[in-house]
Amino acid sequence: MTRKKRRMWILLLCAIGLGSATALTLTAFQDNLVFFRSPSDIMTGEQRPTPDRAFRLGGLVEAGSVQRDPTVAGQRPVVHFRVTDGANVIPVTYQGVLPDLFREGQGVVTLGKLGVDGVFRASEVLARHDETYMPPEVADALKRAGHWQPDQGPAPAPAIWNTLDPRTQQPTMPGRTGS
Amino acid sequence: MIAELGHFALALALILAFAQTALPLLGAEKRDARLMSSAAPLAIGQFIAIAASFACLMWAYAINDTTVLNVVQNSHSAKPMLYKITGTWGNHEGSLILWVMILALCGLAVSAFGRGLPSTLKARVLGVLGLIGVGFIAFILKTSNPFERVWPPPPDGQGLNPVLQDIGLAMHPPLLYLGYVGYAVTFAFAIAALIEGRVDAAWGRWVRPWSLAAWSFLTGGIALGSWWAYYELGWGGYWFWDPVENASLLPWLIGTALLHSAIVVEKREALKTWTVLLAIIAFGMSLLGTFLVRSGVLNSVHSFANDPERGLFILALLMFYMGGAFLLFAWRAQAMAPTGIFAPVSREGAIVLNNLLVCSISAVVFVGTLWPMFADALFGAKVSVGPPFFNLATFPLVVPLLLAMAAGPLMPWKRAQLWPVVQRLWAAALIGFGAFFLALLLTGEHVMPAVGFGFAAWVIGAAITDIADRTALFRTRLGNSWARARNLPRAAWGAAIAHAGIGIVAAGMAGMGLAQEKLVAMAPGDTTEMAGYTWRLDGVRDTPGPNFTARRATITVLRDGEVLHVMQPSRRWFPIARQNTTEVAIRTNLLYDLYAVIGEEDSATGKAVIRIHYNLLAPWLWIGAFIMAIGGALSLSDRRVRVSAPNRKAALPQGAATT
Repeated sequence: MTRKKRRMWILLLCAIGLGSATALTLTAFQDNLVFFRSPSDIMTGEQRPTPDRAFRLGGLVEAGSVQRDPTVAGQRPVVHFRVTDGANVIPVTYQGVLPDLFREGQGVVTLGKLGVDGVFRASEVLARHDETYMPPEVADALKRAGHWQPDQGPAPAPAIWNTLDPRTQQPTMPGRTGS
Repeated sequence: MIAELGHFALALALILAFAQTALPLLGAEKRDARLMSSAAPLAIGQFIAIAASFACLMWAYAINDTTVLNVVQNSHSAKPMLYKITGTWGNHEGSLILWVMILALCGLAVSAFGRGLPSTLKARVLGVLGLIGVGFIAFILKTSNPFERVWPPPPDGQGLNPVLQDIGLAMHPPLLYLGYVGYAVTFAFAIAALIEGRVDAAWGRWVRPWSLAAWSFLTGGIALGSWWAYYELGWGGYWFWDPVENASLLPWLIGTALLHSAIVVEKREALKTWTVLLAIIAFGMSLLGTFLVRSGVLNSVHSFANDPERGLFILALLMFYMGGAFLLFAWRAQAMAPTGIFAPVSREGAIVLNNLLVCSISAVVFVGTLWPMFADALFGAKVSVGPPFFNLATFPLVVPLLLAMAAGPLMPWKRAQLWPVVQRLWAAALIGFGAFFLALLLTGEHVMPAVGFGFAAWVIGAAITDIADRTALFRTRLGNSWARARNLPRAAWGAAIAHAGIGIVAAGMAGMGLAQEKLVAMAPGDTTEMAGYTWRLDGVRDTPGPNFTARRATITVLRDGEVLHVMQPSRRWFPIARQNTTEVAIRTNLLYDLYAVIGEEDSATGKAVIRIHYNLLAPWLWIGAFIMAIGGALSLSDRRVRVSAPNRKAALPQGAATT
């Protein structure tokens, strides 16, 4: 086998490998890309996902909204809470053990589907390993909802998020920035 | 005072690393033996300086010196001494010092064991290693100085993140870093070869042990990380396709390709340019992994709070090293003409196929991991790519890989016939199909796990065939085979064992495909049925710990009325960190794990949320990975790898002439 021929073989194999990898990636991408939506994205209607499409919902766990309901649905324990970005609120139900760092008033990202009744059924509540960590998507969603304006200083501590009433406009942080 | 000493030692190390870069590289260019021989003492000095700095930091942790900011942020006096020590590298700053210390250690090893290396190559390798050291020490001093003081000192530290207070995780970063840094050495060899303009069998013989060692450590590190996630996070899974996990998988995949192609360079002097390119990319992936973990650009379930300034610095380092390497590659790669010619169907051809498939898998993982970052930057879309994508996209690439990896070792070099190889694999194929149908029969309609079992048996069967073939088992007297087995090079044993390890991991994955789990709210005395067992919650009570308090449940597992296990999962509360952690209870018999987690308790009803899992073959995942690492180590101990040094002088008169 000459070098030229061998090189051709290798190039051919390379092309097949790369081509199939690309094709696989693209097909898998179409169905499995998971979008992030904030409560405002959903409530304002433009980006409301269909009930069969899984997406990530993120925001703050509204203070005082967590209800544990161990009796519903046979023996399966269910947790109800509300996720807010300051402007809008989405109710969430989740069956499972909440991650160790799940707290009221703190940032959360959940994966699941939105029912026709407007309740988000989470299949996963994403955990973090660190108390001070704020998921970047959540920070962005809060920014867009006007809850926190980055030019007026750093994000408030989780303890202060907790005390803010999400539906009233904050006098210190007026207006909405939009995106 | 100790902290300042550590800071000073680190700054000294930067200067020594700089000298280690400049002098040997200059010396190699000018063929100046004195300048070149300065590399070894400089490498020793750099290592001593960094080790001293690391020891100072460890001391600050051991005595809980609250005037040091890093200690305040990551430690506490109530923590057990073991975790005070391991806490030294349980944080960003300390782990980076560990990183550069291991790098300096590798430099030391190259200078100590590299007596047989041509002097210019050795000087250049050490020079490039010095340059990598310069970048990372500068990074530590500029953005992540662990010796910063705080005044007035707070009464006590804030404590180490409780999920990190674990012996598995104490070992995880050092192993991963040994792997990452091992690829820094192969990178240095690649760059040195590009500067020299020659790659030959001797070069391959030097790169191979380093890539083997790096690969073995990385395998161990990834397995340990996965094991930690399995028992510490308490989600019942072992791999989540999370960006941080992918970041360690990418160098492993490229490293696997490098490992194989380096053999071709060594034996056949072919695939040279490709191997050099892989060596560069493997280190690039290691840097990328560090960047992804430390910058927080990707939303990961393993995310810790992080700092964008650091991310930017690492990105700059990544661009500097990779940009420079690729420029050099584009400029010099032409000089390395292949000399070994081979047919497509041959051992070399099989390795090329392995490389293509493994690189395709890395490309898929790379795209899936980084796409959210690009989508955000380009379209402002917040997306994430989850496990369904990775499973779907990698599976069709893993299947041919598993098929081919069985045949590769049976092929002769240079030119092979496909049919004899296929003939020799009939037994493995039979075992594979047997396992497939048996699994299908036993588990019902679960096709995918059965396919997994089939492939696992095929790969293991092929590894056994390989060894049986080489020792002429059953074709000659048993004593004769035994003598052959003892004379078989350890590299051959290592390869077969590592391949069998992959089969065992595959079986573990297939088994986990059949795992069952159940989530129940139980009051003391309640029972539930799962996987043929009866699980009874006996009670939940308080138990004290050194720096936490725990609620511990007692669960009795019964089968046919007989007590099999008593499991005690607990939920710990760390008051200093104000954080809960889950302590999973696992009972294993090496065939399956029984796995129990206690969640929250409801004070009104007295019920506790209990999650129980039946994880079939879960231990095989880590046993298999361990066997792979053992295979790598065995291959590393091959006589040919160790005694190859003297051969090189004869092979490279050019090196001898310059000394």
